[in-house]
Amino acid sequence: MTATLPRPTVTSPTDAVAGAAVTFRDVTKQFAGHRALTGLDLELQPGELVAVLGPSGCGKTTALRSLAGLEDVTTGRITIDGRDVVAVPTHRRDVGMVFQAYSLFPHLTVRQNVEFGLRMRRVDKASRATRAGEMLDLVGLGDLGERYAHQLSGGQQQRVALARALVTRPRVLLLDEPLSALDAKVRVQLRDEIRRIQRELSITTLFVTHDQEEALAVADRVAVMRAGSIEQVGTPEELYSAPATAFVAEFVGTSNRVSGEVVGTLVRLAGCPEVPVVGSPAEGPVWAYVRPEDVSFVEQGGLAGIVESVSFLGAVCRTRVRVDPETLLVVDHRADERREPGSPVRLSFTPARVAVTTRAS
Amino acid sequence: MTARPSESAPRSTRAPRSTSAGGASTVARRTALVVVGALFAVPIAAMVAFSLRSADGTGHDLGHWLAIVDPENERMYRNLVEGVTNSLLLAVVSALLVLVLLVPAMVLVHLRHPRLARPLEFVCLVPITVPAIVLVVGLAPVYSVVSRVAGSGAWTLALAYGVTVLPYAYRAVQSDLAATDLRTLTEAARTLGSGWLRTMVLVVVPSLRRGLLAAAFITVAVVLGEFTIASLLNRVNLQTALVQVSRSDPYAAVIFALLALGFAFVLLLVIGRVGALGAARPIPSRKALS
Repeated sequence: MTATLPRPTVTSPTDAVAGAAVTFRDVTKQFAGHRALTGLDLELQPGELVAVLGPSGCGKTTALRSLAGLEDVTTGRITIDGRDVVAVPTHRRDVGMVFQAYSLFPHLTVRQNVEFGLRMRRVDKASRATRAGEMLDLVGLGDLGERYAHQLSGGQQQRVALARALVTRPRVLLLDEPLSALDAKVRVQLRDEIRRIQRELSITTLFVTHDQEEALAVADRVAVMRAGSIEQVGTPEELYSAPATAFVAEFVGTSNRVSGEVVGTLVRLAGCPEVPVVGSPAEGPVWAYVRPEDVSFVEQGGLAGIVESVSFLGAVCRTRVRVDPETLLVVDHRADERREPGSPVRLSFTPARVAVTTRAS
Repeated sequence: MTARPSESAPRSTRAPRSTSAGGASTVARRTALVVVGALFAVPIAAMVAFSLRSADGTGHDLGHWLAIVDPENERMYRNLVEGVTNSLLLAVVSALLVLVLLVPAMVLVHLRHPRLARPLEFVCLVPITVPAIVLVVGLAPVYSVVSRVAGSGAWTLALAYGVTVLPYAYRAVQSDLAATDLRTLTEAARTLGSGWLRTMVLVVVPSLRRGLLAAAFITVAVVLGEFTIASLLNRVNLQTALVQVSRSDPYAAVIFALLALGFAFVLLLVIGRVGALGAARPIPSRKALS
């Protein structure tokens, strides 16, 4: 099957495009001796930005490339607006993609790069120039149209790549770690720009990254992947405050692993009040995952420990406290609550809810 | 959205050198240039001087040069003209063979079958290890078949030349392939709606332009200088014709050798210029980058 997906008709590149719904259904991808995707299920609502987060080798880029058609899936279905695109070649899937590596065509100017997709769609020259100009204005590079890629900084190249991917008004925008080669300041600027443009165009976007801060900052929802499948999908707040698994709790943000015991819908932590538990785990001994900002110094009660180290992080201080030979707890607190290394302290946990995993008794 | 000042475009990172180090480097560079230049210039100057000797050997004039274009000598140099024509035809056909067969194969292996890169490299480099005279032993029976199938036109020699230039053409293209992130560029083109054919024409070929031109030039240079295979297969090309003419008129042989050198030099310049066309051109003012 080599059908071309229907395209929306809009009059200006900056007009909002009705984003497409995207689904992955039990998608597997087998490489020689290695299974990159092991039954991937994921849904993207029209106009939604979903970040796929996971460690290196978890299959997130393979998932994105499968949606683009750059990798053939072994089994499963991928649909765009309900149509299975597994057999549709890349150039007919109507997706826009920004790559991790700088991918501007070196022999073309910035303007010619942006016009490339329109040339492939046989858009007339005048319309190409207008639409490319508007898109370059949208990414703030309207006056750099006659430059070549090597005359641009990394951030500028990725902006051009974004303009080039968007100028054809694709149904889906795919971002494959587009900020990872940039320095920290430019990365933050550009990720905010991406979010603004994505919202302006209402384009369905799949954003692959290994940077959790990036994912939490820009996404409507975050999908955490592990070993080829989705571990948890949720809003950034859900993922952070109510991680469904130990992997998510430990991968997203920093967590303290504390022994406790589930009783009913509460978990009893050592030396602390009972706390509501995420989900409905079986009663018994568990590991509970508590964020550093949910741990606080108290004068009495709680867990006793000795301060091992203190780091100043700008907005907060991070103190590591040894409570027993095997347990080191991390506490985020205000700078004026600073404790010196070696001093005895007492800690209490105050989370709204905690995620737990079963612990052998 | 406006371009951020923190995203200034890249500038030259070349560190300034000390004056003494720079002076020594300049002297070394110029010395190397003079030595290498002399290596090329002395034999060429000797050839020019030889070709300008007068008929009686007492002075210098343009007699031998003018004799070549004299209509009365047309019959004498007919074989040489045929050799030049054949060599030019062979150069074109050989270059086409390299560009049409080798380059797509290399791109395909690079993008889709990287595991075959080593075997392809081995196959392409094998001809350099086989002496031409040994190659002819194998080619002779092959050409008896080729003659029956495709005739014995001069162009058929290009099939053998296509093999002999493989190592040089492969290296020229491979260096460009290694320096270009062709995978990402082609994937970007495909996501933008370009099929494989248009991706090859609009992205791959321009991205590898320098390597392709270098491969074409090396092919032309090798073909124009090839003697052994043509001679042993009883074909006429520039080199075999030069040897034949030199027996009766050594001046004409030297003059044609000089012309062939000049042609190769001009070809190099033209290819260099064409290679620069469409490549990144400097912008009018560096101020705009700040």
